[in-house]
Parts: sequence; C-alpha cells; structure tokens
Amino acid sequence: MATVEVQLRIKRFDPEKDRKPHWEDYRVEVEPTDRLLDALHQVRWYQDGSLAFRRSCAHGVCGSDAMVVNGHNRLACVLLVRDVGPRITVEPLRGLPVLKDLVVDMDAFFAQYRSVMPWLVNEDDPGDTERLQSPEERARFDDTTKCILCAACTTSCPIFWGNESYVGPAAIVNAHRFIFDSRDEAGAERLHILDQGSGVWRCRTAFNCTDACPRGIKVTEAIQEVKRAIAVPPSQP
Amino acid sequence: MDIHRHRFDAVIVGAGGAGLRAAIETAGKCRTAVISKLYPTRSHTGAAQGGMCAALANVEDDSWEWHAFDTVKGGDYLVDQPAAEIMCREAVDAVIELEHYGLPFNRTPDGRIDQRRFGGHTRNHGEAPVKRACYAADRTGHMILQTLYQQCVARGVAFFDEFQVLDIAFVDGDPRRGVAGVVAHELATGDLHVFECSAALFATGGFGRIFKVSSNAHTLTGDGPGLLWRRGVPLEDMEFFQFHPTGIYKLGILLSEAARGEGGVLRNAEGERFMERYAPTVKDLAPRDMVSRAMLTEIKEGRGSGPDKDFVHLDLTHLPPQQIDEKLPDIAEFVRTYLGIEPKTDLIPIQPTAHYAMGGIPTNVSAEVVLDAEDTVAPGLYAAGECACVSVHGANRLGTNSLLDIVVFGRRGGAAMARYVEGREPPGLPPGFEDEVKGTIEALLGGPGTARVADIRAELQEDMTLNASVFRTEESLTAAAAAVDRLRHRYRSVSVQDQGRRFNYELSEALELGYLLDVAQALVAAALVRTESRGGHFRDDHPLRDDANWMRHSLAYRRPDGSIRLDYKPVVGGPYLPMERKY
Repeated sequence: MATVEVQLRIKRFDPEKDRKPHWEDYRVEVEPTDRLLDALHQVRWYQDGSLAFRRSCAHGVCGSDAMVVNGHNRLACVLLVRDVGPRITVEPLRGLPVLKDLVVDMDAFFAQYRSVMPWLVNEDDPGDTERLQSPEERARFDDTTKCILCAACTTSCPIFWGNESYVGPAAIVNAHRFIFDSRDEAGAERLHILDQGSGVWRCRTAFNCTDACPRGIKVTEAIQEVKRAIAVPPSQP
Repeated sequence: MDIHRHRFDAVIVGAGGAGLRAAIETAGKCRTAVISKLYPTRSHTGAAQGGMCAALANVEDDSWEWHAFDTVKGGDYLVDQPAAEIMCREAVDAVIELEHYGLPFNRTPDGRIDQRRFGGHTRNHGEAPVKRACYAADRTGHMILQTLYQQCVARGVAFFDEFQVLDIAFVDGDPRRGVAGVVAHELATGDLHVFECSAALFATGGFGRIFKVSSNAHTLTGDGPGLLWRRGVPLEDMEFFQFHPTGIYKLGILLSEAARGEGGVLRNAEGERFMERYAPTVKDLAPRDMVSRAMLTEIKEGRGSGPDKDFVHLDLTHLPPQQIDEKLPDIAEFVRTYLGIEPKTDLIPIQPTAHYAMGGIPTNVSAEVVLDAEDTVAPGLYAAGECACVSVHGANRLGTNSLLDIVVFGRRGGAAMARYVEGREPPGLPPGFEDEVKGTIEALLGGPGTARVADIRAELQEDMTLNASVFRTEESLTAAAAAVDRLRHRYRSVSVQDQGRRFNYELSEALELGYLLDVAQALVAAALVRTESRGGHFRDDHPLRDDANWMRHSLAYRRPDGSIRLDYKPVVGGPYLPMERKY
C-alpha cells in the first residue's frame, strides 16, 4: 500500500525544561490504514525519543492512549490516519494536570472512581453456586460494564473542566454499573453519594461524554438514569 | 536519581488477572505491595475475549475430568497431569467465585451462567464439541480484570502504578536462599524504589512482542522471566509458543475463537471450508496450533487469498446478525474499525498471530518457583499466569484456559505466599543492591552508543517471525540464534536520546528490549535442540512427535558468560496415556 505523509502537530510540555507548553510539528510516512498511535510511534522511535504518551494494547481495550485529536477526545489506537486526514493536531486530555507531553495525572480521576464504591456489595452467603440473574436483569446494566476507565468522557465534560470536585461521567458510569445490577445491595448508598453537591446534579447534559466514549457507552443516558433513580429510588428486592 | 525505600512482607509484580487475584488472597493477611508498570486496568488480561472454561454443566452434560483430558490432549501430552487436574477441578469454584465478586457473566434463560463452545473442548474424551466456556459477550477478560480490580479497591490493596520492576535480590545472591527484595523504576519521576520483602510473586504476563505480528500489547516484553533468568532462575519450555489462528491480517489484533465457537468457519481462496480436511470431527474448533498450521499450509499450497495469496478468511456471514451483535460485539467492531468492512456481510482477512507463551518461569502447583529438574523450591519466590509454566498448557494451550490459569494459580500463589511470610521478617537487602540497575540506566542515558532501540527490536521481530515461528527447521533456528546473538551484541551499544527523567518511555523501551532479547534467546536455544514436533513447536525436519525421547520439559539456564545451558525434566504423567492427536 502506498504510504502518505502526515503532519502531526503535537502539544509538548516537559516540566523539567519548559516553562509553558509549546507546539511542535513532525512529518511521518504512514499507511492510510495505520493508526494514529502508529504515527506517534514513528515520532518516538525514529525522530524524537522524548515524546511521552501512554499506550499498551493498541486496539482500544486498555484505555491508555486517550488524547485530544483535532479537538475531540479519542483513543489514538482506534483512529485510523485515513479517517483524520493529513494534518493532525494532538493535545493532552483537558482538565487533568499535564505531567509530560500527552501524559496527564490520573490520580484525581481514579480517586473519583473509588469514591462511588465501584464493587459489588452483597452480604448474603450465596453458597457454592452462582447467584441467579435473568438475561433481562443482566441486560439492564450491560452498557456500563464496557467502561475501560480511559477518562475520555470525564475530560470532555465542560462542567468537570470548571469544577474539579464534580465526580464526573466515568465515576457515574461505574456507579450505574452496580446500581442497576440486580445482585447489588448498596444502590441506595451510591445514590446518596451521587446526590451530593459533587454528584450527578452537576451534569447539564452537554452530551460531550457520550460523543467521547470510545466504547460507545451511552454515558449521558446512564447519568440520566441515575438522576431518575435518586428522584424515584428503584425498589430493593 | 533519588532512591526511595519501602518495606513490605510481600510484593506482587504485575497487576493483570494473576497478580490481582493473588493480591485479593494476601489482602488482610500480610503487608503486600502490588507493583505494575501500567495502571492495573490497562493490563492485557483485559484484551481476552472468548471465555473461561469450567465444567459447570449448566448447558450440557460435562465433567472436570473431561476438561482435564482435553487440556492434556490439547497440550500434546506435555502437560503435567496432576496440575491440569487441579486447574480443571478448581475451575468450577473459580468461576462461581468470580460471579460472587460481581462478574457479569452472560446468563441462560433460567438465570444461570451461560456457556458456549471453544476450540479443543469436548464431551466425553473427544466425542464432540461441548459448551464449557463461561463468558461475558466477547469481553470476558475485560470483565475479569475489572472485577478483580474492583475487589482489590474494596480491600484497600496498596498499588504502585507505573513502576517497572527491574531486578530482584536473593539472600547471598542465591535463589535457593530466599527473596530479599526488588527494585523498581518509577516512570513519573525516574527515581528508583527499593522494596525490601520476604516474598515476591511475578505475574508479568507474556512476551509476544518478540514477533512482528502479535495479539500482545506493546508492553508484553517478558520483564519478569527476563530479570529472573539473569539472576539464575531457569525458564521452562520456552520453545512452545502459540500462534492464534484468527489475527486480523497484518495487524495481529485478536478475533476470538468464540467467533468459531458461535459458528464461524475458515475459508481458503476457493471458498472451501478447509478445516474439514484437517480435523474431520471438530473442524474449525480444532486446537490453535493445528488450525494455524492448516492455514499456513493452505497458503503455502497456493490457496491463500488476496493479491499475494497470503491470508485466509474468517466467515461469519451466515450467522444471524443479532447473534453477532449480542455475542461478538467487540470483535465485529474491531473488523469495522481496522479493516473498514462489515463482518455480517464481508469475509474477514486473517492470519496467525503470535499469542501466548506456554513456557516461562517454572513453578509447582502452589505457584512456588522451582529451580531445577529435582523441583527444588526457591523460597519466597512465586509466579503465576502467562509468565509462569506450571505446566498446565504443555505444548499448546487450549482457548479459555489462560483466564482459568490466572485465576486458579493467582489464588494459589497468593495463598502460599501469605502462609510463607507469616511470622517471617524480611531477611535484609545486600547494601548497594540497586547500584546495578542504577548503572544500567545511567549507561543507557549517558552512553556513547549509536544503536537505536526501534531498529534492533524491528530486526528481532522480523528474524523471529521468519525463522522461529509456526514452522521451524534446524537451518531456520540456527539463523535465528545467530540473529539474536548479533542483536544482543548491538544492544550493548544502544543509546537513549531523551536525557530527561520524567516519563522517559524511550528508556523504558530500551530496558524492555533487553528482556525481549533474553526470552528470544531462550526460545530459540530450546527450539533448536528439540528434534520433534509437538503442539506449538513444529519442526519441518522432524515432523513427528517423539514420545520415546521428548516427553520432557526443557529448562534453559543462562550461564555467566551469556550462553545457555539446557537441562530437562520428565513430564508428570497421570491417567491419560499419550495417543495420536486427532480431532
């Protein structure tokens, strides 16, 4: 396949030597079906070894390489060069502190995740067989089990940019995953957490999160379902 | 470069399924640090798709003995049978436990865990395929990783995220005398962290990145096996590497065997369902080594597709569209994203992709690392998951048995480690233990070298793919050995441009390349000597299995001069006698 030349404009920042971020341009030869991640590798491997970005699986399941591409939150490994065009602007995720180049500090993001009790709570002893759950009950929370914690949704949210105490879409998605799981018993507790000033009521349904999710999760809808559950709590078994 | 010091009872290196399951087991029992070069949820367990087998018999009649038989036969009789029995027996509890932890398995109409078919898993010793794989759509690994991480968060496990472990200290430098600590490089700062401890469990995953086309993450570089090997621990059965039949053409991204479990078939350029000729009973659901060889044989004989006749097709077009949406949503999306075609109507170009290392750090069934043919235990040292070799997979792993392996032996390793450290104080680190790692990093950063990491790695991947992959000969392996030696030599003059300390990924990749070269060297050396064909190791010049001479595991040791010494230990037998492997 014929290669194409792509111009990458990358926002660089190394706190060891820079006082503020700056743009740098790179030209790389790639195949049109290559991923943006492949183009970034070309830069790191053959042009400038200091370019910092996270990555691992390279096919959209590990959530390492979320970044802002031509203004939109994307995973670099799920985006083909032919689908973005020959000029690509790459920036770190917004709303989280930049540690170096495209690497942001994820600590606050994971702290928000932990704040919603993201684990199954059920004190009953189920014995040595599985708990029963109908396919319909299972389907109720299927969408939000897909989250890979890449932070694309939370860092696309204008409310989150302006207010870092907002728990953010990703944490709500992970709360939703348990609130609507028929086996879980801590839904009321999670709803209480999300009913606080930092919780779901901050959401103004901008839909940025849904657009940003690389897993196709209907994030805004999940947040709305949590809001409704706070207003009218789901009946506990 | 600052040095930070920590003291724990135990450390777990790697936070995929095996490491996290071990951490759940040690939580509340001993002070444990989980050290991972990635955020735990980035681990490659999350990329596993199809399922986790256990003879629940929720859907069809089944028994764990049948599962054990399939595992032994699938592994071409190099499996240690007592270990396979333990894994298959404990599989049932392991799946139930994951359900109790909250894992959202797909369900049967009556609310039980649903099960589906998978390659090499059969009813009553090979009669017909059986529905044994418990699954959550085609993202079972993602669900396992998330669920285990959730349980670790609930237990307040101490994580050191984005710390790369680079060396281990043993008492008097001897693995027989006990573990004293590990040293890790913190990516965010470039600082070193020394962890003093009594025990360490390695769960660092695979090393598929020694090959060019691989389903493995960029970060699967054999760090655990490599660093232990340098300190005197042998590597077992390294010649056995699995190539998964259905990797996306050129990219190697995995399309789960579940695609064939759900009814998908492989077709050559003539549209023929060729697996009917190679495995008349189970056809497309034959074990992976056989399917990969069949595909490449079709290609070699001119029946490959495309302008270069170098791939075959996976055909899902006859499946009901709803079944693809519900059971295979992620892989359908991979096909759309990376190939720009629609799996419901288009044939999918595929080729074998480097997938899984059957070999690794030798352990017993308690996940204790063993050091020789007499199974001498390295006190306080454990390994579990793909980086380990129990051996439950023998010469070829069956699909789904890796997710099972990580949960069963992660739990066993964690439990054994918690018992070991009880009432024990860390033996103390030799002074200056971190100096060697410090010297290595400083040499890479400040060295006068001119060799580039990416060039050496690309050449390694080319050479290994050409000469040490699905089909091997003495000639090809000799060439591979020479190439690895040449690249190891060049690696000594590798240099890193980036002189910074923070998030120096160029440095990380340089260190990882060192481990890739180690495991490649061990693989090629063991493959060259094994003059038979068994499971994932196929020699064109020795095409038959040779039970008289080769029912034994290889142990590769690194000598101080960098050369390799090979030793062997017998396969541990059991109820199933070796027979011809027909499907």
